[in-house]
Amino acid sequence: MLLKDKVSVITGGAQGIGRAIAELFHKEGAKVCVCDVDEEKLKEVEKEGMKGYKLDVRKLEEVEKVFNEIVKDFDGIDVLVNNAGITRDNLIIRMSEEEWDLVIDINLKGVFNCSKVASKIMMKKRSGVIINISSIIGQIGNPGQVNYSASKAGVIGITKTLAKELAGRNIRVNAIAPGFIKTRMTDVLPEDVKNRMLENIPLKRFGEPSDVAELVLFLASDKSSYITGQVIRVDGGMVI
Amino acid sequence: MTEQSIEERVKKVICDQLGVESSQVTPDAHFVNDLGADSLDQVELVMAFEEEFGLEISDEEAQKLDTVGKVIEYIKARTGES
Ligand SMILES: NC(=O)c1ccc[n+]([C@@H]2O[C@H](COP(=O)([O-])OP(=O)(O)OC[C@H]3O[C@@H](n4cnc5c(N)ncnc54)[C@H](O)[C@@H]3O)[C@@H](O)[C@H]2O)c1
Repeated sequence: MLLKDKVSVITGGAQGIGRAIAELFHKEGAKVCVCDVDEEKLKEVEKEGMKGYKLDVRKLEEVEKVFNEIVKDFDGIDVLVNNAGITRDNLIIRMSEEEWDLVIDINLKGVFNCSKVASKIMMKKRSGVIINISSIIGQIGNPGQVNYSASKAGVIGITKTLAKELAGRNIRVNAIAPGFIKTRMTDVLPEDVKNRMLENIPLKRFGEPSDVAELVLFLASDKSSYITGQVIRVDGGMVI
Repeated sequence: MTEQSIEERVKKVICDQLGVESSQVTPDAHFVNDLGADSLDQVELVMAFEEEFGLEISDEEAQKLDTVGKVIEYIKARTGES
């Protein structure tokens, strides 16, 4: 087991990619704490033997409260996976201020909030791992996703800065940039858009949440102990 | 609580946090120049003092606390002990 007894916090872990990460970590022996706004899905997570915490990553105070609770329950936090994220797509001329703010608040500020609180906890222990789920869209852009691409590029900035700030405390920080992964986030896209995307994927299939989870596992484990500050794509070759 | 104990508690926090010998932790020892603290160490030290003495130290105040003696004076003043 690669993560035996590692206390692992996964935001947005109630479904999709986060859920796949949570379940794989659970299998690998981690003490999994899933933080999400979806209370119904959190109940399912608890039935599988993981711990669920209701948390909106937008609110720093709430993050402080929940992470302190986790420290009380499990004595520390070893791994933080910043995975909670949403899309609110629109062309810039049609995009509302609310759509911009909401995506930035969850995808970018959420990562700041959780990393801030967790790094304080990890610094005391002089060890820890933070993994941020960015997106290839943060690297290459995409029409209709000005808010999302800005948030995901911002996450890469956070990753590189924190890798430098926290390396002296033995805390590694890396980002993953998935391509097209089959979740409810991508389910909503029209068929013709999906087909066009498929043409641009050399491996000729969409990714599964488990494809991302396996990389998160590697980056969370000691097998990657010399890797920090990197952005690693898992996209079937979409961006080469 | 006696004066001695605040000094001792401050010194202990510093020794634990920076991994220095207590003999180095003299009142005029400077955290950066004499005790080798980097910027993260300084933030952590302030956090450790806050925890040890149950107070909140603002960033502005923290920046002025650059020697062992200043910290001891500051904490005495804040906890109302001389
Ligand atoms: N699906 C893809 O193709 C793809 C590609 C690249 C990156 N990503 C990124 O992967 C991450 C997971 O996406 P997914 O596809 O699994 O989406 P999803 O919608 O299936 O899951 C997202 C989870 O985040 C939770 N969440 C939403 N807002 C939250 C908040 N404020 N606080 C806490 N939790 C919140 C949701 O309840 C949900 O459980 C996101 O950051 C997304 O941007 C996805």
